[in-house]
Amino acid sequence: MEINFTHHQTAHCENGVISNLMKHHGFEISEPMAFGIGSGLLFCYIPFLKVNHAPALTYRAMPGFIFKRFAKRVGIQIKREKFKNPEDAKARLDANLENNNPVGLQVGVYNLTYFPDEYRFHFNAHNLIVYGKQNGTYLISDPVMETVTTLTAKDLEKVRFAKGPFAPKGHVYYPVSFPENLDLEKAIIKGIKHTCRDMLAPMPVLGVKGIRYVAKLIRKWPKKNGVKKANHYLGQVVRMQEEIGTGGGGFRYIFAAFLQESSGILKNPKLAELSKEMTVIGDLWRDFALEASRIYKNRSAQEDAYNKVASQLEIIADEEEAFFKKLKNAIK
Amino acid sequence: MKKEEVPQDKSNLETAKLKELCYAVDEDGNYITVNSSGWDPKTIALSQAIEEINERVAEAKSRVLNNETSPIEYYMEFHKMDLSILASYVGMWTWLVKRHFKPQIFKKLSERKLQNYADIFDVTLDQLKDITKHGN
Repeated sequence: MEINFTHHQTAHCENGVISNLMKHHGFEISEPMAFGIGSGLLFCYIPFLKVNHAPALTYRAMPGFIFKRFAKRVGIQIKREKFKNPEDAKARLDANLENNNPVGLQVGVYNLTYFPDEYRFHFNAHNLIVYGKQNGTYLISDPVMETVTTLTAKDLEKVRFAKGPFAPKGHVYYPVSFPENLDLEKAIIKGIKHTCRDMLAPMPVLGVKGIRYVAKLIRKWPKKNGVKKANHYLGQVVRMQEEIGTGGGGFRYIFAAFLQESSGILKNPKLAELSKEMTVIGDLWRDFALEASRIYKNRSAQEDAYNKVASQLEIIADEEEAFFKKLKNAIK
Repeated sequence: MKKEEVPQDKSNLETAKLKELCYAVDEDGNYITVNSSGWDPKTIALSQAIEEINERVAEAKSRVLNNETSPIEYYMEFHKMDLSILASYVGMWTWLVKRHFKPQIFKKLSERKLQNYADIFDVTLDQLKDITKHGN
């Protein structure tokens, strides 16, 4: 059985699932719109946690939060289920497909057979849509892929029941009811306000303060950890910023696209101006990544070079602080 | 980032016939999406991470062959896991799993426990006990 479903490639998986499911149900919601309303943009250094033996940091909201906030703000209802038993999880998925209902799934990346090997890490917050089943093989629309793909029942069970942090536990979700008209204006304002609050939060590891915190750490890395580790850590910062799904520049470009689209919907020209500013900030992040890559490419750990990229980050933090203050005022 | 600045460097995305989506602005300043085949700074970071993992695997392998640790540690590294991820797959405390890294204790593990590890690592019992039989 195959549900009539149109696949659109997006940069990020969670926005992509939202956008693709909304489009399937007749609501034109772009990826940046889903990302912005769901307040996806963030910067957070996560102390005490190591990912691939290097410090963890993120450029976006916690997995699942974007969809949750998006749903609440535009007034759609989402049904979510998790399972202890893989058989129950499979039965529920099949029942939904039988009902012509494409569903979103949270999955682990490590066993996703269609991903390039290099990208298969134990990361459990990937999202995809299942839109059918043929001869025991599931039809998959993974938003980050260019085209649709498939997974065998066995492989799908493996990724749905991946273990480790954020274990998906067969998590399946889909919208069940929609309002007659989506009230985008209000939702956009709520989304922007929330993002400003996060980015300007008075917390040492969150938002612009978090960027400054990481800059400070970077200065210490070569002395404290030695060349090899310092380079590995710096590489991880860049990987998190530019991994598949960020749309480039640690989600800053997607956010700029959201502001541009919102400017039209809210008829607020200030947002269009701010969108341009955000694009420039995105470019600064790219410059930072480029400079950082020169360090780990040469396998050197001259303190000078580390200080230089740390200074770049501090400039970005200043720019973003000024930016989000302006953004907050622009929607008052 | 302008449309023409979207990097089109060679990368391992090619192996999966995949191009990732980037956001960029066109001549009129409007945001559009552009496919990218990869970007060197990112590719280098990624291959460095892979290299790091390969080194860890090679190191674990030599320690298993020197009887300093059990094959479990080797397979853990091979599957890019760390102790806490492996423990959650096994369904045991991390310190218990760590105990199984000791060759003496590994030798005394029950068939059932060994089979559990073998299933997780997708290898036969034979391969679990003797890593030289592991392909790759």
